[in-house]
Amino acid sequence: MRLPESRGLYDPRFEHDACGVGFVAHVRGLRSHDIVERGVGILLNLEHRGATGCDPLSGDGAGILIQVPHELLAAEVEGRFELPSPGTYGVGCVFLPRDPAARARCQQVLEDKILGTGQRLLGWRTVPVDEAALGPIARQSAPVIFQVLVGSTTDDEQGFERKLFVIRKWAERTVRESDIPGRDAFYIPSLSCRTLVYKGLLLAHQLAKFYRDLEDPRVVSALSMVHQRFSTNTFPTWQLAQPFRLLSHNGEINTVRGNAQWMRAREQLFDGRVFGEDVRHILPTITPGGSDSAQLDNVAELLLHAGRSLPHVMTMLVPEAWQNDPSMPAYLRDFYAYHACLVEPWDGPAALTFTDGRQIGALSDRNGLRPARWLETRDGLVVLASETGVMDVPPEQIARKGRLEPGRMFLVDLAAGRIVEDDELKRQLAQQKPYGKWIRDNAIHLDEIDDVTEVPGAPAPHDLLERQRVFGYTTEDLRLLIAPMAEKGEEPVGSMGTDTPLAVLSERPQLLFNYFKQHFAQVTNPPIDPIREALVMSLRNFVGGEDNLLFELPDHAQMLELGSPVLTNEELATLRGTHQIHFRRPATLPIVYPVAEGGRGLKAALDELCRQASLSVLNNHSVIVLSDRSATAHMVPIPSLLALGAVHNHLMRNGTRMRVGLLMETGEAREVHHFCLLLGFGAGAVNPYVALDSVSELARAGVLAGVRDPAVARKNFVKAVNKGLLKVMSKMGISTLQSYQGAQIFEALGLSAEVTERYFTGTTSRLGGIDLEDIAEECRLRSDAAFPRRRAPSPGLDTGGEYQFRAQGERHLWNPKVVTSLQRAVRDEDVKSYREYSDLVNQQSRGPITLRGLWNLIPADAPLALSEVEPASEIVRRFATGAMSFGSISAEAHENLAIAMNRIGGRSNTGEGGEREERFLRLPSGDSKRSSIKQVASGRFGVTTHYLVNADELQIKIAQGAKPGEGGQLPGHKVDAVIAATRHSTPGVTLISPPPHHDIYSIEDLAQLIFDLKMVNPKARVSVKLVAEAGVGTIAAGVAKARADVILISGFDGGTGASPLTSIKHAGVPWELGLAETHQVLVKNDLRSRVVLQADGQMRTGRDVVIAALLGAEEFGFATAPLVASGCIMMRKCHLNTCPVGVATQDPELRKKFEGKPEHVIRFMFYVAEEARELMSQLGFHTVEEMVGRVDRIRPRDVNEHFKAKKLDTSALLVSAECAAGVGVCKSLDQDHGLERSLDHQLLPEVRAAIEQRERVRLALPIKNVHRTVGALLAGEIARRHGPGGLPEDTLHLDFEGSAGQSFGAFAVAGMHLHLEGDANDYVGKGLSGGLISVRPPRAATFRSDESVLVGNVALYGATSGKAFISGVAGERFAVRNSGATAVVEGVGDHGCEYMTGGRVVVIGKTGKNFAAGMSGGYAYVLDQDGSFEARCNPELVTREGLGSEDAAFVAALLDEHRRVTGSAKAAELLARWEETLPRLVKVVPTEYRRVVEQLEEQRRAAESAAPTVDDPLPVPRGNRHSTEAE
Amino acid sequence: MGKVTGFLQYPRLAAPKRPVAERLKDHREIELPVVSERLAEQGARCMDCGIPFCNTGCPLGNLIPEWNDHVYRGRMTEAVQALHATNNFPEVTGRVCPAPCEAACVLGIHAEPVSIKLLERSIADHAFARGHILPEPPLSRTGKKVAVVGSGPAGLAAAQQLNRAGHSVVVHERADRIGGLLTYGIPDFKLDKRLVQARVEQMRAEGVEFRTGVVAEAGELRARFDAVCLAIGARVPRDLALSGRELAGIHFAMDYLEQQNRRVSGDRIPDERAISAAGKRVVVIGGGDTGSDCIGTALRQGAASVVSLEILPRPPESRDPTTPWPLWPLMLRTSTSHEEGGERSFGVSTERFAGGAGTVEQLHLVEVAERAGRFERIAGTERTLDADLVLLALGFMHPEKSGLLDELGLTLDRRGNVAVDVNCMTNVSGVFAAGDCQRGQSLVVWAIADGRRAARAIDAFLMGKTELG
Repeated sequence: MRLPESRGLYDPRFEHDACGVGFVAHVRGLRSHDIVERGVGILLNLEHRGATGCDPLSGDGAGILIQVPHELLAAEVEGRFELPSPGTYGVGCVFLPRDPAARARCQQVLEDKILGTGQRLLGWRTVPVDEAALGPIARQSAPVIFQVLVGSTTDDEQGFERKLFVIRKWAERTVRESDIPGRDAFYIPSLSCRTLVYKGLLLAHQLAKFYRDLEDPRVVSALSMVHQRFSTNTFPTWQLAQPFRLLSHNGEINTVRGNAQWMRAREQLFDGRVFGEDVRHILPTITPGGSDSAQLDNVAELLLHAGRSLPHVMTMLVPEAWQNDPSMPAYLRDFYAYHACLVEPWDGPAALTFTDGRQIGALSDRNGLRPARWLETRDGLVVLASETGVMDVPPEQIARKGRLEPGRMFLVDLAAGRIVEDDELKRQLAQQKPYGKWIRDNAIHLDEIDDVTEVPGAPAPHDLLERQRVFGYTTEDLRLLIAPMAEKGEEPVGSMGTDTPLAVLSERPQLLFNYFKQHFAQVTNPPIDPIREALVMSLRNFVGGEDNLLFELPDHAQMLELGSPVLTNEELATLRGTHQIHFRRPATLPIVYPVAEGGRGLKAALDELCRQASLSVLNNHSVIVLSDRSATAHMVPIPSLLALGAVHNHLMRNGTRMRVGLLMETGEAREVHHFCLLLGFGAGAVNPYVALDSVSELARAGVLAGVRDPAVARKNFVKAVNKGLLKVMSKMGISTLQSYQGAQIFEALGLSAEVTERYFTGTTSRLGGIDLEDIAEECRLRSDAAFPRRRAPSPGLDTGGEYQFRAQGERHLWNPKVVTSLQRAVRDEDVKSYREYSDLVNQQSRGPITLRGLWNLIPADAPLALSEVEPASEIVRRFATGAMSFGSISAEAHENLAIAMNRIGGRSNTGEGGEREERFLRLPSGDSKRSSIKQVASGRFGVTTHYLVNADELQIKIAQGAKPGEGGQLPGHKVDAVIAATRHSTPGVTLISPPPHHDIYSIEDLAQLIFDLKMVNPKARVSVKLVAEAGVGTIAAGVAKARADVILISGFDGGTGASPLTSIKHAGVPWELGLAETHQVLVKNDLRSRVVLQADGQMRTGRDVVIAALLGAEEFGFATAPLVASGCIMMRKCHLNTCPVGVATQDPELRKKFEGKPEHVIRFMFYVAEEARELMSQLGFHTVEEMVGRVDRIRPRDVNEHFKAKKLDTSALLVSAECAAGVGVCKSLDQDHGLERSLDHQLLPEVRAAIEQRERVRLALPIKNVHRTVGALLAGEIARRHGPGGLPEDTLHLDFEGSAGQSFGAFAVAGMHLHLEGDANDYVGKGLSGGLISVRPPRAATFRSDESVLVGNVALYGATSGKAFISGVAGERFAVRNSGATAVVEGVGDHGCEYMTGGRVVVIGKTGKNFAAGMSGGYAYVLDQDGSFEARCNPELVTREGLGSEDAAFVAALLDEHRRVTGSAKAAELLARWEETLPRLVKVVPTEYRRVVEQLEEQRRAAESAAPTVDDPLPVPRGNRHSTEAE
Repeated sequence: MGKVTGFLQYPRLAAPKRPVAERLKDHREIELPVVSERLAEQGARCMDCGIPFCNTGCPLGNLIPEWNDHVYRGRMTEAVQALHATNNFPEVTGRVCPAPCEAACVLGIHAEPVSIKLLERSIADHAFARGHILPEPPLSRTGKKVAVVGSGPAGLAAAQQLNRAGHSVVVHERADRIGGLLTYGIPDFKLDKRLVQARVEQMRAEGVEFRTGVVAEAGELRARFDAVCLAIGARVPRDLALSGRELAGIHFAMDYLEQQNRRVSGDRIPDERAISAAGKRVVVIGGGDTGSDCIGTALRQGAASVVSLEILPRPPESRDPTTPWPLWPLMLRTSTSHEEGGERSFGVSTERFAGGAGTVEQLHLVEVAERAGRFERIAGTERTLDADLVLLALGFMHPEKSGLLDELGLTLDRRGNVAVDVNCMTNVSGVFAAGDCQRGQSLVVWAIADGRRAARAIDAFLMGKTELG
């Protein structure tokens, strides 16, 4: 019943799930069977949010939680025993092993615990089930399901409920620790006197068939809470189905590892004060093996039973964004601040529903990343679910409807008989105790300390140099990393990926930091934009000793509150020097050891350090500072991360971690990555004194551009680190530093298990690697190089060579010889030169650089003749070029790749910048510049319906290797007229790609986007691009279940136009790991046969291709290599627009220098294919297909000469994927996309006349939420036939009535009018390309349109043209990334018009927070009803002003149209009183856009006056600003 | 760093030179210093490449982007530090190196490369002028003794490095002055000998012992030193075994150049041995650097005419397609001496010398064409050329075998150079070789690189590991 064990690269810890959630309840607590039926009904309507695996009849899980059905139970046990009155007995649902003996033993345990806690065993009931309702996989793994009935021995219902909790925890642990065979099957879904859970590995429609009780009319309840699961695996796991005991969760806890660890540490502070004796039985709080949601449920239960109310508990664990919200009442901020001293947020996207049987509620995460819509009927029903339309309610019955807003809670109090609004609820919570006073009296702020300590001045340059040497600084560190941070307050940007050895393969001493790779979010949860959505982010942190979590006292607030985790030297000195009361002064422990003593010395120093740390705890210090200030050439610093890991884990293990905060005073930390690691492994703050002193010195030396004052430079540096930290956190979807701290969002690459287990407990390290001895050896090498014993040290620092090649620096795969031999080969058609090139790359003669460099291929006993291997012309069809946007590279370079790939039948990729339409047409020469792969990225630039139908493959870029989890920015100076036209934007205006796809916050969202794309272009295969990291295989399994046709695994090292250096080097892992894991996991889940697997990332040679195939890929992508073949010389200046060879620049002069020819690329591809063929012949494979997954043909080579490489064990990659007979190991089956079951498909025959003959067709029909992506298939058909112009206005008019499913009207083109009377879910008008969408409330509805939510989140995402009229309120992110559509809406949620670059949006109702964030083009007109708009508008890029006469006329006309189309009363009202309305309208204008538009206007006028007219593109200023271009 | 758009903004500036008429009057250096603003612009032209091909184009692996940036920012102290990190004698290479780095400069693909050599010289000169060339003695002495034989650029580089690593180094020089070809090969108008002298002083202050006028003897070297580094150059010149070769007035270029260098240094050359171009019709055979030096020297001595003969055809004016970037380009090179006068003939071969009274008077020439690596005479193109002084600048073949190499029993390679393993060691343990004597005739920059490499190898040989970069 549990997940399989780890094998190869599969690890069950990486599993994710996402889901549909919902509940229905009667406000006044009226119990009925109808409520249960309605709950089941909701599930059925959410079924599309779940998934099935290889077995289409076995779902991922579904369940329902109801109140204890006393009538049923009483009748059922009648005759055997008597049930006391409701509330005085508990009922548990118990999963038991099928083996009778084992089952009996489990039952015995449970009975023992019932008696052991002084309660009464009433008896057992066999739950009637129908196993025929199950799918085969579910049936094989089904447990025996009983209910246990427990009688209370107390009058205190609360106390009894607590006892039941103790019984369950105790029994669970006892069985878990027993030797009962099949004990894994033992699981108690619920045990309560109030609620009962029915759940299992079921599809929604199977639930009520399987559990016979659910159709029994005696089962009555006033509430039902349901859940439909979509998991990333196909394994039979009954117990991971939801609801859990208290809650259901649609989402993902990104910080779960840290949360769980901190919880374990906090348990150590529990004493007998709440649970008495029982405290022993309830630990561990978190049951091993549970999902993130299950763990959250565990903690929520504990806190609930300890005495807090359920809303209180949920608010503590999942607080809203309070840190940066000035509009929040002070009492509420105090409440959150106080609780921040107790517990860090469980951070991540979440729609949580919860109930204790008396109250039922829901809450959304701080960013509102999971949808939830609710309505209340006139007869007292309340329904809340992931979608609207899940329950049929006649419009006139609806009293109110709404959506769960970010960070808000929604509670139905059945006892009180009413809905409690968020404001009221939180006010009640916040006023339970004088939290504000407690905080003010106890918490310490550094800037409030008045006895500030003076710090000694900066070290003399000579001393600084010595310190820099001690910590291995290079000139590159100063030049490329630190100086830019000190100059601009931003992380430096680089390009073209990384090609240096993994730290463990380097021969230069590496900082321990370099052995860790950052994780990032992909698919199952979105990264955040830390700049545009700064309101949810926070670096605020609390440091110090904690107290028992189970109750609350003023003392809990005795913490040091820090606004930034980077401490300046002054701040640390102040902290040490202060005599402020309440704060026990920090203990400083040195972290140095004598270098001469090597590994043993290091070990001894670490042991002593841990001993000292424990002593400090005993001595009641609440903060420990680990300091390497005393380091010298001989007493070298212990790598700061190792010292921290040792102390943190030591204190964790001995249960005292929560008594102290840990601060780092280290000269080592200088890169953003270093700070991330120190904080991510548990430090509360870091003082990087050498980095700060270096910054001061650079300023003093006059090296910093524009910064002379050392204090300003230091401030900039700290700012850059903070910004970088936010970015890294946001990549993982984590909003608060508090949650990031200790969350260990890293994977180790090249560290031995011995090191990770002891010092980085819980961190994945899949290849083993170096131990303490080797770490000490690296310290010695660093010390030796910096401090020669004989030679006078050189007056400068080592050169580095990590980011830019240096002959004496780090090795690079792209080096001068490699580049020139490749260019010579393709220019002169010189095979010998290609050989030279591939030998240089493959042999990695100066030592291994990549994982594949550690391997040899095993030749076949009987090699094939070369002629027996499939021809190169076949192999090159499996090749693709990487996604590089037109914009990041020049038109010349982009088209060159397309022509080349089209000639050989391979695929080129548009990248995310769209493609000019003329390229869709074949050239007279027969060549084609059309990119066969059209990318769909988060910015949706140029993604029109016409673009989509002109593709053979549609690629959803979830992440890119160089900067997974990040967005990008194309600075205005690169956006010339052509690029602007292609991207549907304005020349000269900066374009921003958001970090997430705003229509992919979860796996079921991805399934939806795949469905959307399939609908619009059924002929194209849909691929999903992922980046390798631990767990990518599991994600890929989810992606395969979401019905992708192709999955691309990119290595972390892939190239890029621009990316922060931290991301280029430290995020993600090599494709070898990701690919091997993906193949293994897909085969294990029998999903591999449904998808094509592609790999890319620094792929260069035929050998690379063969290795990728052996690891599981059947297609291969190349990006940098074909660019080099086209003339790129690895300037790594793509982000500066100064590429001197015309590849990565838009400068017209520099573009002239492009000398690449299609032949160069073609020769490269063929050389690679021929090299692959030769290897295939040696290996004995006829075709690429035969090679796929044949890891048995790889063996590690001897690398004994390399002291670190020899410690690596790559065998986990070389595990043949487990598979039963008949399981496919490469693509052989097509996905069932279910297009023919779609509404559009059914409509097609009826509307054919419109599509084909342009005849006017008008249809009226009902619609339901299960009808998704309505209109897209028709739009695709029209675009395919009629091109970008579509059809004449109103040719195809469809009138719908009901609740539309997701993506209503997606990609609708000109000539289509989709009118909906009812409401709609998320993504209305996604990618709108000229069509008209109108939505109005049902005519019978009585609720006010401008107060009720009519359409869901993310409407008009990426719309390029067309119109939308919404006579009601829209959810979050209305018109996000709109670049040309016109819309009217009567209210919007948070982040309205985010990243908009064009078009016009009129909002005649309330707007949410953060309106116009990242908006760089177009106009918004907002009715400021109550003067609150100013506070809700993000002023960073826009200004607000009144309407001029042109604008006023435009808005009036548009409102009139809105009124006509939707019958909007609001519009009518505003127009009727236009004189009063006009002054209340605010025009929102992007600043940069205004400038450019005025400039264009001026030019137009100048051109008009000077005949003849010239179509001159806007002169684009040549600049050198750093930018972060997306791919 | 650097200036991102510098290369688009500023044109290349070549080293400014004194006017020809003026410089022909003396033997002082031709190139002039550049004002710092102009220099900074030249530094700003550096594109700070992801792969700086200059860095590997230079045999020393000079950290060119680093010092370009320093110059741009006016940080001359840091610049010279970066220069010295890889190069012991930048003031020399900044003057006499043909600058393969510039040929490899990425900017050179489509435009004029960065003036790397000019920057190098300027940085070094700046440091000399400010007195920043200070001794860098070792922190401690190893007690090991190393003999360096030969004091050309390879020997000096090896000696300086070894001494800095704490070994006691004795440089053995057969001539009366230290410097080898730096002192006696390269004319003063290209390299002021005071610079060589300054380096010698620096090394002396660091603790290097110099012995001039000594013939190193194998037995003594082996007995008294823990390691030996041979850097004796490839001094055997290529000759032209033609009829009339015995005639007076035909000299090896190096004999001619050495005399002039001695004169400039104040030595008196006895008349009977003096070779002078004054008033003579001079023919220089060989179109390489040495030939060019002969032209400049002859012109300064007041030659009536100077003709230089080159057997290879006239190279193209710009980079030949057979030598694409970043290779050293095949192209016509015009040295400062060529600017000063004389006439250049290409594709011409000397068939014999003719003369009267035992003195050369005429050369018999024929035009040749290159076919399959051989030069074939073109019938009907025979002609004669009058000459009073013929200088043979045909390059060098290998080191002198007799003497030290024989005594040490060293194995030679096919070309007659000292054979060494990857660690620069000869077949005799503890005996190493560096520079032209093992590489064959080459550039000063290669000699320095070899000297440094040998020093690393010797340090590792003596100590088990090396501290030298």
